[in-house]
Amino acid sequence: MSYKAKFRVWRGEGGEGRLEDFTVEVNDGEVVLDIIHRLQATQAPDLAVRWNCKAGKCGSCSMEINGKPRLGCMTRMSTFAEDETITVTPMRAFPVIKDLVTDVSFNYQKAREIPSFTPPSDVKPGEYRMQQIDVERSQEFRKCIECFMCNNVCHVIRDHEENKPAFAGPRFLMRIAELDMHPYDVADRKDAAQEEHGLGYCNITKCCTEVCPEHIKITDNALIPMKERVVDRRYDPLVWLGNKIFRRSDAKR
Amino acid sequence: MTQTTAENTARRQRAQIKERTLRTDQWWRYPLVTFIIFMAFLIYATWAIFDKSFFVSPYHAPFASPCLAQATCPEEARLFGFAPFGDWYTLPPGLLILGLPAGFRFTCYYYRKAYYRGFWLSPPACAVGEPHRRYTGESRFPLILQNIHRYFFYAAIVIGLILAIDAVKALIGKPDGLGTWILIINAVFINLYTLSCHSCRHITAGRLNHFSRHPVRYRAWGFVSKLNAKHQELALISMFTVMGADLYVRLVAKGIINFPFA
Ligand code: SF4
Ligand code: SF4
Ligand code: FES
Repeated sequence: MSYKAKFRVWRGEGGEGRLEDFTVEVNDGEVVLDIIHRLQATQAPDLAVRWNCKAGKCGSCSMEINGKPRLGCMTRMSTFAEDETITVTPMRAFPVIKDLVTDVSFNYQKAREIPSFTPPSDVKPGEYRMQQIDVERSQEFRKCIECFMCNNVCHVIRDHEENKPAFAGPRFLMRIAELDMHPYDVADRKDAAQEEHGLGYCNITKCCTEVCPEHIKITDNALIPMKERVVDRRYDPLVWLGNKIFRRSDAKR
Repeated sequence: MTQTTAENTARRQRAQIKERTLRTDQWWRYPLVTFIIFMAFLIYATWAIFDKSFFVSPYHAPFASPCLAQATCPEEARLFGFAPFGDWYTLPPGLLILGLPAGFRFTCYYYRKAYYRGFWLSPPACAVGEPHRRYTGESRFPLILQNIHRYFFYAAIVIGLILAIDAVKALIGKPDGLGTWILIINAVFINLYTLSCHSCRHITAGRLNHFSRHPVRYRAWGFVSKLNAKHQELALISMFTVMGADLYVRLVAKGIINFPFA
């Protein structure tokens, strides 16, 4: 079975551009990325799109389909009505290179700003002892395929370009949570999360969780637990007093 | 064709799409429904505070419990006879305690999400532009105060306990009363909601990094985590049960509901 679908695709270089209309063949079992490739092959040979695995695992083909951040390779055409016009645009929060391809270097820069895993100096490699339950929580976060759709959808920067310097975005706040929950990480992540990486900007409205193709519970399992850890450190006077009196540190518990 | 290199200024610009959103589904339903439900709750709560018929033996309306004022609380309505506010206090007794459950819900992570979306439209829905020009979220005053949620959680544990006591009192006084069972169901959901709180999850063991060294707390964390996954549902269900139970008791107290097993 095949039919002709109506597509509107963003075309342009840099920020300038417009939505261009296409009518294009769709066959059984195809996904949006297949249709974009058919447009390339038949009507728009210079249409730019980034992709790689076609299996939802490389995180390259992030785009916005009918206004929602989605992976092009994982969005089945069968989820749309045949007479529906399907609008495909690049991710909104990042600068456009060409057509559907955005410059996602913001994310790489934010990744670099987070100090890497910091083990205690007296534990040598080979001496780490952890049980499965100690690392289970952060394993969820390691399913991330770095599609950056969570950072793209987050209104903190999507709607406010000026917040970009102050805010690491859900992807990297989750990275901080992952390290902070690590049994052998001793770096100070709590104050840094709040002061340098903008955890306070997040208002837990859960759009990152809604769009994550790996179904990671970013808000419930990373951001809110991290906010609670910051409360321990900074906003809970009882904990603060206890730490002052007993001079204890959270790091190794 | 111009080269778009990283140095090119054109490459610093996002797609200049005019529409606030290109979503085609009914994204406005969630904020709208949230707005309507919360408004209904606020209006009811405001009325209930000033309504005087909050007690009819053995039922105590949850919005006015515990009753701490000597002037307005009948002997039987007091918690173990405890009424520290003397005759000088003549305002509605609900005012004395309502701040605690209200503060708990107001700073609750679920309610925050819901009203930031439904009332403040920040954002109204995912990938829908928000109407505000500037945004700092919970990074500074006043919203940084949301971080006191944990204290309201401690208070909510106490309130949950008191509602459970009220339910037991009703059970002793009138085991076959419909109101008794309404109060019991309400107490169960209020306490489940309280236990499913994110702060509770954090306190049980979320703050630890070595679960394996704290097996009991780890088990508790597993249990709270299961409840926590249903936090939104429990928040809404308990909101309806508390409103329903409160209204029911008041209607019985007013004699509007008066069948034999009421
Ligand atoms: S939950 Fe926080 S980080 Fe995630 S999209 Fe919403 S504001 Fe951004
Ligand atoms: S957390 Fe999810 S949405 Fe964000 S980059 Fe990773 S896979 Fe993509
Ligand atoms: S092409 Fe790899 S995730 Fe879509």
